[in-house]
Amino acid sequence: MRRSSLLLLGALSGTLLLSSGCSLQPWVKPYERDRLADPIMAWDRDAISSGYMDHIRESREGSRGATGGAGGGCGCN
Amino acid sequence: MVAALLLIRSTIADVLPDDRADVFYSKYSGGGMDITGYSATARAKITENFAVEANYFIDKVSGASIDVLSQASVIKDERKQKSGTLEYLHDKTTYTASYVSSVERDYISETASFSLSQSMFGDLTTLTLGFADTHNTVGENNGTADVPNVAWVGHALSRAYSGGLSQILTKNFIADVNLQVITDAGYLANPYRSIRYLDPLNAKGYSLASQVYPDTHTSTAVQVQGKYYLPYRAAVTALYRYYTDTWGVVGNTYELDYTHPVLNKWIFEGRVRYYKQTAASFYSDLFPFAGSQNFTARDQNLAALDNTTIGAKVTYAFLPDGWRIFKRGTVTADVSRIRFNYLDFRNIKDFGLPQYTPGTEPLYQFSATVYQLFLSVYF
Repeated sequence: MRRSSLLLLGALSGTLLLSSGCSLQPWVKPYERDRLADPIMAWDRDAISSGYMDHIRESREGSRGATGGAGGGCGCN
Repeated sequence: MVAALLLIRSTIADVLPDDRADVFYSKYSGGGMDITGYSATARAKITENFAVEANYFIDKVSGASIDVLSQASVIKDERKQKSGTLEYLHDKTTYTASYVSSVERDYISETASFSLSQSMFGDLTTLTLGFADTHNTVGENNGTADVPNVAWVGHALSRAYSGGLSQILTKNFIADVNLQVITDAGYLANPYRSIRYLDPLNAKGYSLASQVYPDTHTSTAVQVQGKYYLPYRAAVTALYRYYTDTWGVVGNTYELDYTHPVLNKWIFEGRVRYYKQTAASFYSDLFPFAGSQNFTARDQNLAALDNTTIGAKVTYAFLPDGWRIFKRGTVTADVSRIRFNYLDFRNIKDFGLPQYTPGTEPLYQFSATVYQLFLSVYF
């Protein structure tokens, strides 16, 4: 298939997916989400604590980012 | 050193999180360093759609890491960080703007960030996009810990771009993916750390020289995690993060968490984390001679290393059902034990000639303990 045909197919597929997504019914109904509202299911119950641990790790490791945590810059010698 | 800050809030449906105040104490001890931290945070809704949050944090550092101690004296320093956040909820979109200022006598960092979070598909999906802009001013203390003499050596700029998707998959299972690209430019090295190169004329067998870093750095990190609600009311979380950057560092993080509540008063958590990284391409523990390559580093953070963390956290609700204006009150204690193993960074502070020739000193390893204690009240 030529590249332009592939791109058009991809764009059409994406459009169909988005438009069908707009009419998707939630498969987990609101009355079924009681467990998800439990505090133990929160991604981060204590941002101040997780932010502090992220700061320690970024000060001691060569990697950073994508943790969703908050931190500040430091010399961290 | 680079401050890449992003505050991403996860909002359930059309409501901002509860008002809250926390006072926090922390202590890090290990690797020749003792760091004590104190913090206070307060968050309040001005209206049903608008909230503000403020935080003040102080770190007091005593000691220094081994590669600083190998050629310098003990450091004493204090870092003060202030931050403010505004949140606005409109329909199913939350807009967040924040500012962070961090000041210590040889480092100043300021970050402004913005993010938006959109719920869709019947609140099953939450999409978050964010941007943060950071300016750092780097200095070097040429005096002593008690009588400092700071010279400002350079600036560094950083921009972070983030995207995240949180998805409810079943009534018991949620998943989350985050991507963050961070790009830095300017003075990116740590002025207190040096490289070493073979020098037969020196009594130690090596001499020290300044590190030379590239003036740009771009990194990409992707994190995926899943959380599952167990039938007897507990939760298990599995996390993986992949990191890569233009300096040649590749990092992999694996973490497993277990959360177990008891009645309405206690929450117990346990976690295990393993991290491994490759060294930066211009890193070496011992260079063959001075000026052997354009870029040189011996910063232990850029060495090949792995670390393992075991942690436990206990939360006790001393006001489980509230009291007067307080909806809930909790106290939390958290302890983590981290074991660091360096695969190509040697301990030259404690070992050397005549027993160990340069390059044969034992590899460095140390353990650190992190304590956290905080009190939280919800309004």
